[in-house]
Amino acid sequence: MQLEPRVQLQIRVFFFFLRFLSPITSVLFGRSFPIGERNIMAMEVTQVLLNAQSIDGAVRKNAEESLKQFQEQNLPVFLVSLSGELANEEKPVETRKLAGLVLKNALDAKEQHRKFELVQRWLSLDSNAKSQIKACLLKTLTSPVSDARSTASQVIAKVAGIELPHKQWPELIGSLLSNIHQLPAHAKQATLETLGYLCEEVSPDVVDQDQVNKILTAVVQGMSSSEGNIDVRLAATTALYNALGFAQANFSNDMERDYIMRVVCEATLSPEVRIRQAAFECLVSISSTYYEKLAPYIQDIFNITAKAVKEDEEPVALQAIEFWSSICDEEIDILEEYGGDFAGDSDIPCFYFIKQALPALVPMLLETLLKQEEDQDQDEGAWNIAMAGGTCLGLVARTVGDDIVPLVVPFIEENISKPDWRQREGATYAFGSILEGPSPEKLIPLVNVALTFMLSALTKDPSSHVKDTTAWTLGRIFEFLHGSVVDSPIISQANCQQIVTVLLQSMKDTPNVAEKACGALYFLAQGYEEMGPSSPLTPFFQEIVQSLLTVTHREDAVESRLRTAAYETLNEVVRCSTDETAPLVLQLVPVIMMELHNTLEGQKLSSDEREKQGELQGLLCGCLQVIIQKLGSSETTKYVFMQYADQIMGLFLRVFACRSATVHEEAMLAIGALAYATGADFAKYMPEFYRYLEMGLQNFEEYQVCAVTVGVVGDISRALEEKIVPYCDGIMTQLLKNLSSNQLHRSVKPPIFSCFGDIALAVGEYFEKYLMWAMSALQSAAELSTHIAGDDELVEYTNSLRNGILEAYSGIFQGFKNSPKTQLLIPYAPHILQFLDGIYMEKDMDDVVMKTAIGVLGDLADTLGSHAGSMIQQSVSSKDFLNECLSSEDLVIKESAEWAKLAIGRAISV
Amino acid sequence: MAPHDLRRPFKRAAISDQQKRRDLSLLRQAQNRRDSQQQARCLASSILSLQSSAPESEPEQSDIEIETEHESEDLSKDLDVRRASKLRGPEVRKWFARQLMLPEWMIDVPDRLSQDWYVLARPAGKRCFVVSSNGTTVSRQRNGSILHYFPSALPAGAKTRDGSGSAQSYCILDCIFHESDQTYYVIDMVCWNGYSLYDCTAEFRFYWLNSKLEESGACNVPSHYHKFRFSAVPVYNCDQSGLYAAYSGTVPYVKDGLLFYNKHAHYQSGNTPLVLVWKDENCSQYVIDTDGKGEIPSQQQVVLELQDDRKLVTSDDPPVLFCCLDGDIIEKSGLQSGNLLRFAIGDGGLSFVDGKLENADLIYLGKSNRARAFADSYSKVIFQFMVRHSPLKIDDLLASINSPDDQEKIPSDIEMVG
Repeated sequence: MQLEPRVQLQIRVFFFFLRFLSPITSVLFGRSFPIGERNIMAMEVTQVLLNAQSIDGAVRKNAEESLKQFQEQNLPVFLVSLSGELANEEKPVETRKLAGLVLKNALDAKEQHRKFELVQRWLSLDSNAKSQIKACLLKTLTSPVSDARSTASQVIAKVAGIELPHKQWPELIGSLLSNIHQLPAHAKQATLETLGYLCEEVSPDVVDQDQVNKILTAVVQGMSSSEGNIDVRLAATTALYNALGFAQANFSNDMERDYIMRVVCEATLSPEVRIRQAAFECLVSISSTYYEKLAPYIQDIFNITAKAVKEDEEPVALQAIEFWSSICDEEIDILEEYGGDFAGDSDIPCFYFIKQALPALVPMLLETLLKQEEDQDQDEGAWNIAMAGGTCLGLVARTVGDDIVPLVVPFIEENISKPDWRQREGATYAFGSILEGPSPEKLIPLVNVALTFMLSALTKDPSSHVKDTTAWTLGRIFEFLHGSVVDSPIISQANCQQIVTVLLQSMKDTPNVAEKACGALYFLAQGYEEMGPSSPLTPFFQEIVQSLLTVTHREDAVESRLRTAAYETLNEVVRCSTDETAPLVLQLVPVIMMELHNTLEGQKLSSDEREKQGELQGLLCGCLQVIIQKLGSSETTKYVFMQYADQIMGLFLRVFACRSATVHEEAMLAIGALAYATGADFAKYMPEFYRYLEMGLQNFEEYQVCAVTVGVVGDISRALEEKIVPYCDGIMTQLLKNLSSNQLHRSVKPPIFSCFGDIALAVGEYFEKYLMWAMSALQSAAELSTHIAGDDELVEYTNSLRNGILEAYSGIFQGFKNSPKTQLLIPYAPHILQFLDGIYMEKDMDDVVMKTAIGVLGDLADTLGSHAGSMIQQSVSSKDFLNECLSSEDLVIKESAEWAKLAIGRAISV
Repeated sequence: MAPHDLRRPFKRAAISDQQKRRDLSLLRQAQNRRDSQQQARCLASSILSLQSSAPESEPEQSDIEIETEHESEDLSKDLDVRRASKLRGPEVRKWFARQLMLPEWMIDVPDRLSQDWYVLARPAGKRCFVVSSNGTTVSRQRNGSILHYFPSALPAGAKTRDGSGSAQSYCILDCIFHESDQTYYVIDMVCWNGYSLYDCTAEFRFYWLNSKLEESGACNVPSHYHKFRFSAVPVYNCDQSGLYAAYSGTVPYVKDGLLFYNKHAHYQSGNTPLVLVWKDENCSQYVIDTDGKGEIPSQQQVVLELQDDRKLVTSDDPPVLFCCLDGDIIEKSGLQSGNLLRFAIGDGGLSFVDGKLENADLIYLGKSNRARAFADSYSKVIFQFMVRHSPLKIDDLLASINSPDDQEKIPSDIEMVG
């Protein structure tokens, strides 16, 4: 697949479509283009498309403008011309391809709202034009020019993606398949490719089973060994990969499934490597989609994969290993569900494929560990058979637990001291891989023996590769076997000193080793988090911090992940520090502030330098955030820290000023922490800070920034209370705008509702101004979120939406309490009670929603008193809901319920 | 149809520290939001946030002077929390002095006693408000002075290591401190764990009291973090058996009369006819009031308040007028309006017309004890007068429960059949 040029073209096309968003009035073509002049148009289209690929920027820009004009003036003609260009065998291949891509981009876009517009535009297009376009596309599938065929395949799939759900173009699949056996090979290949794209584009429920059967028959026949043409067979195999999701019914039919599986397995033995790879991709997909149907085939598949892992070319071997990783994923999920609340409820039983395959699977994976590449640790993008094998080994350990240990230990013992670095590294990697899964009882004796050896290897082994893996393994030891969860500690006072010394020394090693040493220190610190007033790391705190700061200044730290790792470790060390070291954390404040100050000095930065600057500022702001949160959590340290507040805020504002269009997410997060620590005094920063707050709320593209800013609005509301009033108009307007935008990522909307509650609670009856708007937004969201129909992800989202809505109601009701304006809320009460009834009846709310919901019932009663009393008594399910919460085993829910009971009791007795 | 990327995370922690920072921020924000809401929920209009009652600013009990200027009247009513929390020293005492619900004396038997009332045997001892807040517990007597300052197992009542209870949490209990067993007997619950019960019915308050007090561990034997034991008092429905149990049942404390609570009444500061006290020699050592030396004076004594217009009134709201004082005495004794004055009831006694006080034979004795916060209530004066002349007996109470009047049920709705 020629990915490179296609991607390039797509990027270029994408960029000039971006410009289409701003209309330009100058007219390049001085006339309009009726359908009759299509020929003239077509000629010009060729030239314009050629110009659009010119190396001369000015020419290219001109051409892009022309295309844009053309499209705006007469869309049907424009699209018909493009399809004509694509279908025309006399045209140059470049323009045919580009015409197809422009056509494709007129049908689909990445952004949801834009995509929706394009779909509507196509559906309402003149049907004559649509027929012409479709005819051209289908005709192109038989073209001798492969690029033209391939482009047409993709465009057909896009059109199908729009039309099939609307029951349009019903003849498509029939016409594609009608004469597939009579077609020349290249057309057959294009047809199969089209079917593949189509299955990728269209949801299975819009295609009749009858048509699915036809597609699968054609595809599987195309895959079979009787098909002589390699390209056809490859296209068929790739198409099956996409069609697997359509094959539910066929996989339930023993005969059909047997047939499909046999053909796929045969294809893994094809002499053509691309076919073998595609066939294994199918197996990987089957392993997750049809896990429960695999039992009869698993032995054969093991043999096939074992052979591929041993002998085949790397791309194929990688897929073969991935098959087992994917089976592990499935079984880990199933076993987790077995262990969870829904024991016995799981839809899919565990077949314990991994457990059964274990005696053969583990040696196969161990063997891969010795096939490392020389410099894989320096190459970010590396992925090879040793890495895949070790990763799979880790997943197997998580799947089977203790059983893996005796199978791996002999391998470790045999190889760990060998002269060949590959053997030492492989042994260490095997050890590191099995540290998650087996029980601590099984692992701790091994770790106690290995720890000293590891520490010595980390300092003395001549191979950087071995040191890298050793440091990583130490990190895994600390992550899974150190801390309050483990009964017998592996780290004593005696070896703690040694561990710290070795790790700090390794931070001076090559960047990749130093990075892993930072990671190990991260988990070492984390394990001491819940230690109480005194931490064993206290004596080394100063030295650790100093070493980490030194690492951040290494020149080679910038290009690798090392600098980030060092700051992340510093953060964790600060988070897990105790009162004993609070004065040292305080000393760190001016140090990090100075670092941040230094990033602001550079002038006239290149875009690359600007990116680097932003990254470093992010790390420093993140570090300050952690420090602020740490010192702010105790009154004494907070008091001392406050001397820096003005300066820190000044620095954050300067960080914001470094950019023109966006705000820095990390600085925003840090400001939230600062506002919480500062309290009402934060008001003095608001005049300068407000514009960045607004900018953050407007950042729809980087929705994380928007979400973080929404959270900070909450922090500021709580800090400022009524002093936030002067900024409320702006904030509320922006928040309401965000809610109604379909460009903003949906995950930001629930926090916006919660934020309404924060503001209302802060400003009290002053919220009256926004009440109508907020309530109507809440009401429509409440209606949407009462019923959920969808997958787990949607249920989770709906519950977070409900929680946001309920938190808003709580804040508003509590905010208005004791105010003469309480009666303004009475008209909204029936709807809120109805909402509570609704979610109670649905029986699918999670504990968080339950707690918030019962609280809202209490707030309603608390604030409205007797007005609410009778409404609550009359409501359908308030009583049942309350009783259910009162008898909940979740103490937080119970506490909220008791408060609600009290408030309701009071409201009713008035 | 790009082949899916099969690279998996390699030698790297699954969660980035940035994500961790975001998550921790969200966690902190959610926690702060919960705290703010909790705080808002706990703010009830009539509750004082108690930060001002720091012990070091408290004068000794003997120094207490209860001022009776009229501003203090304004203070006791309609205090909102924000204002009340700014009160200092003497104002705090005054505020508390006004917060206790004071029973009227039972001078006749209320209707529907068995349906609408509870009865309990009142422990003998010092009536006080017990307030736990911010890791300490303070008990304040009727006049607002501090009785004890101690750690307790009440929510927010002690500075324990686990730091349970937020800073906003507090309790206010209406108690009687019983000297001999050093126990606080809880006769009513006003606030619990930050939640106000002022506006709840007695029925609800007693239910809450019985379930929560035990749960908190406040009834446990004293320990380092829990200096005094608390105990609930058995509360009975005021039917025949309930009344009899309260009257003659064995309790671990010395009884001082019976208290009657109307089930539907809210907690209301000051005198209320919805809580009544009654006593006889059988269930109280102090039926007839004693003087400063603990002896029963030959003549009944009353304390009344002198008003601007020379009127002598009770502590009731509205005050009941007893008589007017001569201008002579006022000048001679240097009396001022607001002073509490002590009188004896002469042989002329009290005379009534249509159940209303018509005339009182009062003999001026002098100013009352400085520790007194209030004048006597009308019902107290009458009850004491009745005790000396024609007391209301336990048999009268039992009889009234049996009487057809009391047995009568509310007529049920009549169904119209046309």
